[in-house]
Amino acid sequence: MSTITTTAAPSKLWSGGKSPFNVEYGKLMMWYFLMSDAFTFGAFLIAYGTTRFASNGWPNPNEVFRSFPFAPEGVHAPLVFVSIMTFILIISSVTMVLAVHAGKNMDKQAVVKNLIFTIIGGIAFLSCQAWEWNHLHNEGAWWGANPFLNADGSQSLNHFTNFFFTITGFHGFHVLSGVVINIVMLIMTLMDKFEQRGHYLMIEKAGLYWHFVDLVWVFVFTCFYLI
Amino acid sequence: MSHTADTLHHDDGAVVKEIWKVTGILSALTIIELILGFWMMGISSSGMVMTIKGTIVILMIAKAFYIVAYFMHLKHELKNLIMTIVVPLALFIWFITAFLYEGNSYKNLKNRYDPYKKQQTEIKVQKNEEVNESKKTAE
Repeated sequence: MSTITTTAAPSKLWSGGKSPFNVEYGKLMMWYFLMSDAFTFGAFLIAYGTTRFASNGWPNPNEVFRSFPFAPEGVHAPLVFVSIMTFILIISSVTMVLAVHAGKNMDKQAVVKNLIFTIIGGIAFLSCQAWEWNHLHNEGAWWGANPFLNADGSQSLNHFTNFFFTITGFHGFHVLSGVVINIVMLIMTLMDKFEQRGHYLMIEKAGLYWHFVDLVWVFVFTCFYLI
Repeated sequence: MSHTADTLHHDDGAVVKEIWKVTGILSALTIIELILGFWMMGISSSGMVMTIKGTIVILMIAKAFYIVAYFMHLKHELKNLIMTIVVPLALFIWFITAFLYEGNSYKNLKNRYDPYKKQQTEIKVQKNEEVNESKKTAE
């Protein structure tokens, strides 16, 4: 941990005249917003977990999420499609880090390039999710409708689809907001807004948000598709 | 070039190297999770399945750590800032333990004191596809 500054002069940090956390105000507030958002997602996922623990049966995710685009009828590929979605989000997170890094070096070209990659990744993820939702809806799954049976063959409650659509929907809405934010960042970069300001701090804040979206997907992916 | 620009350049390579290293770790963890997920499909012993699920959860937390610490750069912030983020999130430990315990306890109590309801949840239902197929054969 980089505690050199803190251990060297802990009292000076709080004696006024500079930011004791050594970050810009907006970035600090982005951290606190993300923390509160983490509690929102946490509450959703814990509600899901509690309901699952309180139920006698639950559908097997490998039987529910086994479809793949353009796959012929009867071909089942559990986990394959969702792992592609996961890698899309990880890679778009990497390009976002590279964009933030390029911003620190005031390298406009690299910021633009990596932001475009990130936006493409976000749109690709959303497209995958739209396809999956559409497919599940065609199978009869929606809020208040659960065509799947429990793993033991007994009747399943609507909790399963309700939680699935609410939580992946809430996450997908975050991805959509992230893509919109990144597009705004791209336009501002192209208009030389950050060059005029002399720093690319806005890209860092957008980056924090984008990584948070990836972080939430790590939890959603594990809780819904893997276990 | 000034001295500061030189050190900046030196840091530059290290930072990019770290980004790719973390990318590799995240991909490796995801692949291990997926291998465990595929492996788990063929296992019927519930104790073994629970062990694998526990391993997947630990890998998930490791992934979350790498994203927050390196991609979100929290590891390189001041310790005071790290603490204001991490300490409130520690509430999750209690939050998760208490709620999952509560859910499990609710299920056990309900099954014990409402055996009729328990019986109802154990009735096997035919899958829709199977129902359709049996209709076809009947015709």
